[in-house]
This record gives sequence, structure tokens and C-alpha cells, in this order.
Amino acid sequence: MSGVLYDYPGPRARRRNAILTVVFGLAVAGLLWWVYRKFDEKGQLAGILWKPFTESATWTDFILPGLRQTLLAAATGMVLSLAFGLVFSAGRLSEHWWIRVPSGVVVEFFRAVPLLLMIFFIFYGVPFLTHRPMPAFWSVVIGLTLYNGSVLAEAFRAGIRAVPVGQSEAAYAIGLRKNQLMRHILIPQAARSMLPVIVSQLVVLLKDTALGYIVALPELLQQGVNVLSANKGNVVAAAIVVAAIYILINSALTWFAGWLDRWTQRRGLRPARAAGVPRPGPAAVLEPQG
Amino acid sequence: MSVFRDQDNLHAYLSGFLWILRLTGVSAVIALVLGVLLAAMRVSPIPVLRGFGAAWVNVFRNTPLTLIIFFCYFALYATLGVTLSDDLDLNNYWLGVVGLSAYTAAFVCETIRSGINTVPAGQAEAARAIGLTFAQTLRIVVLPQAGRAVIAPLGSILIALCKNSTIVGTIGLLESSNQMKQLINDNGNAVIAIFIVFAGTFAAVLIPTGYLFGWLANRLAVKR
Repeated sequence: MSGVLYDYPGPRARRRNAILTVVFGLAVAGLLWWVYRKFDEKGQLAGILWKPFTESATWTDFILPGLRQTLLAAATGMVLSLAFGLVFSAGRLSEHWWIRVPSGVVVEFFRAVPLLLMIFFIFYGVPFLTHRPMPAFWSVVIGLTLYNGSVLAEAFRAGIRAVPVGQSEAAYAIGLRKNQLMRHILIPQAARSMLPVIVSQLVVLLKDTALGYIVALPELLQQGVNVLSANKGNVVAAAIVVAAIYILINSALTWFAGWLDRWTQRRGLRPARAAGVPRPGPAAVLEPQG
Repeated sequence: MSVFRDQDNLHAYLSGFLWILRLTGVSAVIALVLGVLLAAMRVSPIPVLRGFGAAWVNVFRNTPLTLIIFFCYFALYATLGVTLSDDLDLNNYWLGVVGLSAYTAAFVCETIRSGINTVPAGQAEAARAIGLTFAQTLRIVVLPQAGRAVIAPLGSILIALCKNSTIVGTIGLLESSNQMKQLINDNGNAVIAIFIVFAGTFAAVLIPTGYLFGWLANRLAVKR
């Protein structure tokens, strides 16, 4: 679409574009210069603040253990969220109202409650009820599971609903039961088209593990920025390096989700869409949860 | 619910949600304006603008919001000395608004851009054929249709922004999640009631908001 928004530039448009390029380029350069001056003024460019990142101890003692904890929390959360999502999407599609309604309430509730509020309740509140401390890791993972599991439940439900109705009719016509229809016909078709969504939800999950910093889980933000800068006094440098690590991992995951999206389409693994119905955006993560 | 009969506790509850409301309201407006501008940049004929928009989206969408808010406080304020207000609370509030807006604008940009892709190419071709410039094409023809196509996702972004505003608690603003933590620590015997009131408030506001946006999206959809 973006290609058809403007004409091929003629001489005047080319001149105007060149002027705008220079003006905006100068503005960006000015901004960068201001940041550079500010950094320099406060001594943030001093080599001593950046030097720790060339030493292996910084990586092996702080950043990599933090990264390991982040990935562990994300992976555990993802597995549990998938299970949660499967159970509750099946619940919402049930023919019995006494399963459908409670599942709907649970999913809607956990999607609407801020993750941080959940984590605080699990971390600070639950110990009052159980009379034993709650590990930070599990408060984060349970919080992540409840939220992302609910999001996935909705996504799975939409995926199963997107399978053309003729598939179910044909299955019933050859005498399959509801349970066989689900297992043999609907879930396999829906699951393939849901793959990209699952991977992009992983990006959300990975970013959300950073909330563990608030309950002192030794994950990447805690270890790589907070603890590291307490030792070396380089909070700005550490935050920039850690942000770069997050951006690298998440860009790779987003790229992978996009690739999966194209792959499932190319291989015809996705149920055909009715003409004129736009595809629900590709794998891009459109919901900006933490 | 007897915990909330205490005036101080009630005040904690109300002031917590007042901060959430103020964070959400102001950040939503800034993020919407910034997001539309970024989307316009990303589809513009000028490579520098396109690159700037793409860089913004890639950086902010892939960084955890907690880290962005952390950066706003420890880097922008504590290290580089950017002060946005003399009052400590208000300063934290505005730092939070900066972080939330920058983060959310990246998502608004991507949503608007996906909306632009739903507008049939013939619309833009017709606009060019009658001699509209790029800015006019975008402003008069494409963006109004794109905006109406993405009302539901914009609603999800607003809802997520409201939930995300609790993260500003990281830098010491006493918003609802911090207030809840405080109340839980002070009233260990009423943990469940406290959680139900705080979480229930979010659910009671945000679930209907979601349905409202779904209804609006249907009502305002461009009929083709």
C-alpha cells in the first residue's frame, strides 16, 4: 500500500524531498548531539563505565545468569500458558453453560487485571493465606501464566472458530463425535494457523518477565542493570546494553513468528479464508502489554 | 470489605486509581498523536523519515516497559538531570508519562500502519489522480479510512496502556498496585478482599471498555 501513496517524484518533488531529508536529518543529528553533549557533561562516556562490558566476569557473573533466569521464567510461563490456554479455550467452546460461563469469566477477568497487580497479590498476599513465603520466581511465572494463558485461550478460540464450518459439518456427516471432531479435525487445523500467534505471544511473555525486577527476581533487568550498576556505578551504560539484549532476542522472535506465518501460508496449512475477510494482522505483537 | 471503611485505606484506594487515570489519560493522547505521526513517517516518500519511524518502533516495541520506565528515572532523571517538575511525585508522574507514551506510540504506529494496508489501493490512486499531494492523500483520504478500520486494536492498546500504567509504580509513584501492596502488608487478615476490590475495579472498567470498542468498531467500520 505504501508504494501507491505518492507519485514517482518529479524534479520539484525530488527537490522538496531532498530539503526535507536534510532538515529532518539535521534535527535528528541535533538531537543525537544534544544527547552526546549531555552524556559527556555528566561523564557517562567515560571509558571506565563501559569497560566492564569487555570483561568476561561482567557477563558470567551478572548478565548471563540474569538472562538464564529470564529465559527460564519465560519458558516455564510459556508451557503453563499453553496448557492454561488449551483448557480454557476448550471450556469456552463447550456446549454446557456451566463450563462455558465460568471459563469465560476467568479468561475475561485475568485479561483485564494488570499483571503487576497479580504478581503483587501472589508475592505479598498469598503468603498471608498459606503462611509460607512465596518464591519470586513462582509469583512471576504464575502471574504470567494467568495473563498470557487467558490471552492464548482467546486466540485459540478465535483460531478454532476460523476453521470453515463445512469442516465440522463434514465431520459430523461421516459420524464423528464432538470430541473426535475437536481432536482430529478442528485442533490440528487451528493449531497450525496459531503457531505464529504463539511465538509472538512469547515476545510479550519474555518482556513481561522484566516485571520480576520489582519483586527482586534475579532476572536480566535485576542482574544486568540493578546489581551490575550497584557494583560498577554505570547504570546508563548497563541499561543500554541490557536493552540491546532484549531488542536482539525479541527481534529474532518476531522475525521467526513472521517467517512461520509465511511458511504456514505457503504450505497451505492454514484454513482458507472467505474472500474479502482481511487476515487478522500477521504475527506482529499488537497488544502492548508490559 | 470492612478494610475500606477506614478513611485512610479508602483514600489510598482512591488516590491510587486517580494516578492511574491521570497516567492513562495524558499518555493516551500523547501516544495517539505521536503514533499517527510515526505511522505517517513510516509510509512517507523520504527514506530518513521511514528509517526514523522503523527504528523507533523496533527499539520501543522490543524493550520491556519496566526497563523503559527504569531508564526514564535512573538515566534521564537521576543521571542526566532531566527534571520535569519540582514536585517529587509530579516529576515521577511526568517521567512515567514520557516512558508510557514513547512505548505505546510504537504500538499505535504499527496498528495505524496495518490500518493503512486495509485501505484499497484504488483510494490512494484516485487521490493521486485528482492531484492531491502525499500529505493530502494521507490526511483526507487514507488516514480517516485506516483509523476506522483499527478502532478495535486501538481499544486494546488503550486498555493495555491503562494496565501498563501500574508499572510506573516501579519508580515510586503511589499508584494502585503500590497502594494495594501497602494495604496488603498492613492488613494481612483481609488480603482477599483487598485484591478483589483492586482487581475488580480494573475488571469493572476495562471489560466494558473492551466491549465498547468492539461495538464502536462495528458501528464505524467502513462498509465496502
